[in-house]
Amino acid sequence: MSTTLNPPPKKVNRIGLEVLPYKGSKTTLCAGCGHNSISERIVECFYELGVAPHSVAKFSGIGCSSKSPAYFLGMSHGFNAVHGRMPAIATGAILANRELLGLGVTGDGDTASIGIGQFMHLVRRNIPLIYVIENNGVYGLTKGQFSATADLGSTLKGGTPNDLPPFDCCALALKWGATFVARSFSGDKKQLQAILKTAIAHKGLSVIDVISPCVTFNDHEGSTKSYSYVKDHEEALHELDFVPFYEDISVEIGEGETREVTLHDGSHLRIRKLSRDFDPTDRLAALAALEEAETKGEVLTGVLYVNTNKPDFLELLNLETTALATLPESKVRPQREVLDLVMEELR
Amino acid sequence: MSTLEVSPADTQPGRTGPSIVNDFSIQVSTVNGSGSQTANTVLMRAIFQMGIPVSGKNMFPSNIAGLPTWFTIRASKSGYIGRRKEIDFLVAMNPETAREDVMKLDGGAAVVYDEPLKLNELRSDLHFYPVPFDKLVGPVCPEAKLRKLVRNMIYDGVVAHLLEIDMEEVHKALVKQFGKKKAKAAELNWGAARAGFEYAAKTFTKADPYRVERMNQTAGKIIIDGNASCALGAMFAGVTVVTWYPITPSSSLVETLIGYMRRFRIDPETKRATYAIVQAEDELASIGMALGAGWAGARAMTATAGPGISLMSEFIGLGYYAEVPAVIFDVERVGPSTGLPTRTQQGDLLTTAVLSHGDTKHPMFFPCSPEECFSMTVDAFNFAEQFQTPVFVMTDLDLGMNNWMADPFEYPTTPIRRGKVLTAEDLDRLGGFQRYKDVDGDGVGYRTLPGTKHPHGSYFTRGSGHNEKAQYTEREDDYVNNMDRLAHKFEVMRKHVPEPQVHFNPKARVGFVACGTSDYAVRESCDQLRAEYGIEANYLRLRAYPFTERVKDFIHQHDRVYVVDQNRDGQLLGLMKLDFELDLVAKLRSVRYYGGLPLDARTVTDDVVKQEGK
Repeated sequence: MSTTLNPPPKKVNRIGLEVLPYKGSKTTLCAGCGHNSISERIVECFYELGVAPHSVAKFSGIGCSSKSPAYFLGMSHGFNAVHGRMPAIATGAILANRELLGLGVTGDGDTASIGIGQFMHLVRRNIPLIYVIENNGVYGLTKGQFSATADLGSTLKGGTPNDLPPFDCCALALKWGATFVARSFSGDKKQLQAILKTAIAHKGLSVIDVISPCVTFNDHEGSTKSYSYVKDHEEALHELDFVPFYEDISVEIGEGETREVTLHDGSHLRIRKLSRDFDPTDRLAALAALEEAETKGEVLTGVLYVNTNKPDFLELLNLETTALATLPESKVRPQREVLDLVMEELR
Repeated sequence: MSTLEVSPADTQPGRTGPSIVNDFSIQVSTVNGSGSQTANTVLMRAIFQMGIPVSGKNMFPSNIAGLPTWFTIRASKSGYIGRRKEIDFLVAMNPETAREDVMKLDGGAAVVYDEPLKLNELRSDLHFYPVPFDKLVGPVCPEAKLRKLVRNMIYDGVVAHLLEIDMEEVHKALVKQFGKKKAKAAELNWGAARAGFEYAAKTFTKADPYRVERMNQTAGKIIIDGNASCALGAMFAGVTVVTWYPITPSSSLVETLIGYMRRFRIDPETKRATYAIVQAEDELASIGMALGAGWAGARAMTATAGPGISLMSEFIGLGYYAEVPAVIFDVERVGPSTGLPTRTQQGDLLTTAVLSHGDTKHPMFFPCSPEECFSMTVDAFNFAEQFQTPVFVMTDLDLGMNNWMADPFEYPTTPIRRGKVLTAEDLDRLGGFQRYKDVDGDGVGYRTLPGTKHPHGSYFTRGSGHNEKAQYTEREDDYVNNMDRLAHKFEVMRKHVPEPQVHFNPKARVGFVACGTSDYAVRESCDQLRAEYGIEANYLRLRAYPFTERVKDFIHQHDRVYVVDQNRDGQLLGLMKLDFELDLVAKLRSVRYYGGLPLDARTVTDDVVKQEGK
């Protein structure tokens, strides 16, 4: 009998990878920044679901949030684009290679101000992409100016109140065509995990607005995006449980208490009722709930809407099922006879 | 009794001198939205079919209906197809401009006009042919609401009679124009053309000297505009992602491409599109999508004009710095700002060469003809991927939107080259790569495409400072090394861009440098200078930026070199001044035209003669 100690077996996911390949470089954001928690959730979710890192393409714009793709999925391609225009880069990349799993990370300045136009058109096209808005109501990288998601009356660190109403990115996404819309809080690990995993399984645009407090410029008394404000005012719509396609779903919970949404890849989102019976396939109900929460001063979190039927943009374009980027010359350069025919028509 | 019923032949000056054959310009002035485009195209095509070199230029307003439009057709036995300033034969259909149109003519010109306009009262030194269009259109077009559109076809018949254009050719051109599907419309229009011909035959005695005679100079040639030529080039270059935002004068480039791609780029087996064409929300998005697609490995393009170029500036800097291939068509129009959207200019040369903030430089290709629009587009896609950078194909409204006769395009002989892209197998062999390392000494690093299945296959693309490994850096040495490599890459491009085309006679002391559509005026001007002033001039036609060594040699070989610019500030000259040593710059002179019309030879000749002190 050997007395040497064997190292404990390495923990791997279903495709045999350890968690390390899902990590990125060390974060350079402030300690306690909500964005770091979101990066951690991304690492966990992609690792736990066994998504192949090479199949993911990360996209971001400019700002603190947009720096974060360097801090997760270090083995995936990434593209840190220009301010507010990540949707265009992501759209082009996905058109070029529809086999990619696109993950966009943006902020409230990036999306709701300079990028609101591109955001709305991304929504309208229902581009298959996970679009995470790290929403802290403030410009961090330029040191503390209001963004367009700052609430009316919320104050800057120096006490200046915001005198304009906010854009609600979830409401905009709901109104104009996103097929998965959710709001979460960077401090709500379980809920954010379920939402991110659902987005990974969803086919179409997933807009996830995550309230992600800025510890340096917007975590004070008077801010409506501080940790303590969100903790005190968060109102979860439901409890979420994600069951991936490769796991047994047979264990049932009490009838009438849960809803189940079957996602594109066969995974399930299990939604357990809390205080209200909310139907996340009812778009109008979701819009109404957001309006109501705003009136009450609540931060409503959970899955606001999911639609698994609407065709995405690639279907509308009738694209080849494989990547356009790597089609061989024989598929993309018509034969000599075609040129002869066209020339004859022009004679 | 109206004076209009007096026989025109009796009141006009009689024929003087011999007839002028296959060497004149026709101008048709109409209002836009009246269907005149069809009548004008048919007229041009009929002359073309008679074997006579011809060009057609549309001068139209930025408007849908009701504003003045002029179309000029130049027939030239010598093959000059640039614009000619002088009008020999006017068809005056627009009451608003008719007076001015007539007053501008040189003595001896002919005028076909709508009878009620009474233009014959304006001058006595022209040949007038009044036509009662409203009276003639009734019997050939019983349906009143179509009359406005058919009415213009009558002048085709009148002009055919007066210029001796074969009516069979007019008929053939009509059938071609309307296609098989619109045979009924073709028939209706043919009736109108015939009515015009018959009216002219029985009414007019020919008094002007202009007429056509069959030649054999157009056999086998095609008629096409530059935008359609670029579109075909893109399709045969294997473009896979096309993103655009409508803007005059580039819209028809992508619209034509859509038509061809639907016909020829649906996979016969899968029935699916081997391409994506997306109308973006603006030019910021169209260039962003093109770069996203180029980054992910597609052959990506967008097409725009000046205002779009301005909007794309930020993204182009990213494309340059992050080294992403894309092909951008700039169909130049008159700036600044909205400018004259439907007039032509080479107004974006300087802006585009260094588009975006910071130190940037971009290659530009300058096609001058439909043939080059096609072949240079094919080359531009290979070039963009070879050098991993945005490449601009610079045309203008004159080339892009006007119809040109051209030789049939040659099927591309170079294969599609994807540049330095590493596959998973390459990575297995190499063990890894550094995205921005100059391994081969040409300044071009190796890239991988997202989706490459290899643990060392990825890298992070950013518009912020990066080192050879594509990692974020603000270090002085990393930044400088990277910028120097990019500068070196641009120098390598200088050896790979299309070489200029040079006409060289060792006896000539002066030379021309020009690009794009200036070509037609410059070539004709060389002939004018020789024939009229005894000045022998050589000519170098630039086909690309950066300038190759050949351009420097050419300047060295001459005492003075006239740089022809279709813009106010001498932008091409400006680029040369930035690039060349002072001794070369000292030899450069500027010839500029910026009125918005296609450049004509006489403008160039007069300017050079003045500067030469003749």
